[in-house]
Amino acid sequence: MDALSNLLLGFSVALTPVNLFWCLVGVILGTMVGVLPGLGPAATIAMLLPLTLKMDHTTAIIALAGIFYGARYGGSTTSILLNIPGESSSVVTCLDGYQMARKGRAGAALGISAIASFIAGTVGVLGLMLIAPPLARFALRFAPPEYFALMVLGLAMVVFLAGESMVKALLAMLIGLWIATIGTDLFTAESRFTFGQTKLLGGVDFIAATVGIFAIGEVLVNLESQGGAEIFKIAKGLRNLLPTLQDLKDCRFAFLNGSIVGFFVGALPGAGATVASFMSYGIEKAFSRHPEKFGTGVIEGVAAPEGANNADAGGALVPLLTLGIPGGNTTAILLGGLILWGYKPGPLLIQEHPELFWGLVASMYIGNVLLLVLNLPLVPLFAQILRLPYYVLYPLIVGISIVGVYSVNNSLFDVWMMGFFGLLGYLMRKLDFPAAALILGMVLGDSLERALRQSLMMSQGDLMILVNRPISATLLLIAAMILCLPAARKVRSWRVEAIERES
Amino acid sequence: MMRNKGNLVSATCLAVFGVYVISVASKLAYVSEVGPGPGFFPLWLGIGLVSFAACLIFASLASPANQDKADPITWKTTGRALAGWLALMLAIALLGRLGFALSFVLLTIFFIVALDRRPVLLAVGVGVGLAVAFQLIFVTALDVSLPTGFWGF
Repeated sequence: MDALSNLLLGFSVALTPVNLFWCLVGVILGTMVGVLPGLGPAATIAMLLPLTLKMDHTTAIIALAGIFYGARYGGSTTSILLNIPGESSSVVTCLDGYQMARKGRAGAALGISAIASFIAGTVGVLGLMLIAPPLARFALRFAPPEYFALMVLGLAMVVFLAGESMVKALLAMLIGLWIATIGTDLFTAESRFTFGQTKLLGGVDFIAATVGIFAIGEVLVNLESQGGAEIFKIAKGLRNLLPTLQDLKDCRFAFLNGSIVGFFVGALPGAGATVASFMSYGIEKAFSRHPEKFGTGVIEGVAAPEGANNADAGGALVPLLTLGIPGGNTTAILLGGLILWGYKPGPLLIQEHPELFWGLVASMYIGNVLLLVLNLPLVPLFAQILRLPYYVLYPLIVGISIVGVYSVNNSLFDVWMMGFFGLLGYLMRKLDFPAAALILGMVLGDSLERALRQSLMMSQGDLMILVNRPISATLLLIAAMILCLPAARKVRSWRVEAIERES
Repeated sequence: MMRNKGNLVSATCLAVFGVYVISVASKLAYVSEVGPGPGFFPLWLGIGLVSFAACLIFASLASPANQDKADPITWKTTGRALAGWLALMLAIALLGRLGFALSFVLLTIFFIVALDRRPVLLAVGVGVGLAVAFQLIFVTALDVSLPTGFWGF
């Protein structure tokens, strides 16, 4: 009852015309920055933070949070239409979303992405409302060994990204992990694998790498065939541009999976939406009745990661608002904003400033509805981009890629890196190495190494610390079971073949 | 046959690369005063790379060539893609001198005329049209800065 009366208080705050207006402005801005690769919510919030100083603080946090979760909606658009991940958390969406677009189901992919985002975003807000304090206390039990185990569990998802060859997937993942080591070592400040380039001291820019591998790699593959090969089939009629009832039925588990995984992974500081999207995709494929179709344009392969990266937004606010711990760049800037406005984010924030917390929660419900209402009608419009002739489409993809990558740091070096990763992406496609496995390694490499080295520092070099603690032991056990899955499947198929031969 | 050869070549390259990673990592400290050093993680990565690359080499040599159903890699099509990539890299090299707009127009013309064998006028139209659209959307409306040439755009 307490939660309900508090929520009513929240709605009384969020439904004031001025807060509704800023919530709308926030989600529209968020969607726009999400669509454009490189221009992320963290940079946008940082740019707008000074403007909020003269605003009412509740209104300001409602607008800034709108940008945060609105960007997650927009991130899928270019992933599905052009194979350019708008946000790092939308990389996984490229795998099946772009393939759906190629089969003439871009509208369905965009539609299911908006619906999954709405459902999971709402579940994330429910979680934030109901279980924020106990979940935040649980998240605090995650020390380096638990984070290491979580990262290993994330890496185990490589099993579900592998195509024909598991060895190739593991090699791609190791290359990704190696790329993550490029730059300055955080513990000793020593440079590693920088090839004498000072610009590599900060590491390889993630956006440059992903845009290169996915977008430029795809353009290069398609440049192979001269003139007029139909790349995209376009569905005719508005009705065919939206998900069908069967699509929604197929995605039931994906909605649930994305919501739960996204929220819980989001609540862990440092884990992030990208990890959540990879994990939910892996889980979806593991429990699917047709895992072999993943990567060829399966609608659940879009719904699960898109749901996860939106539920993550609710989860990420749990440690921020209840403990004052930011989980990533965007929440760190939001924390800065809260402190700037004179709040002390921590266990007492909800009690001392109920209008702020509950106003934000209620505005997120409203924001999610606004995003769905805004995004669904835009689906047919966005899908029209695929009607462009391919000799316009490919330069367009290359142009957006250059602009997106350059705009992150105003660095030509990053654009060079994008070009090199483009060639790598092309070669990986030609040689059948899964690019998503490389990205998985890149995403998790830094956190994995840091957590492992911190754990070994804690235990003075004793590896048993990783298995002596209940949470890390459980996570490692699950990871080991996942890694054994391909072997188990192979043994099973051998047995079936042997039985068939005998009979 | 070609794919098996591709696997063999790529696995050999990765094995050599793994040896390089090991050699660089072994020059970094494996253990530091505070715990594992900067060479600790990359060393094990290098060992992993060499091990899995060896597995792939073994699998490529062991599997019969006719098992492979994938499309063979042909030099003609690969050459077109590599020409496109070289043009992209040249356009990136020109970004700092000619600016985004002109480099992009030149790249578009190359894609459409040289690789796709379409009329020059069409290529110029598409290139200029897209460059103007980028300028209006990103630079004018969104205030995103793009590389500029001597002439300021």
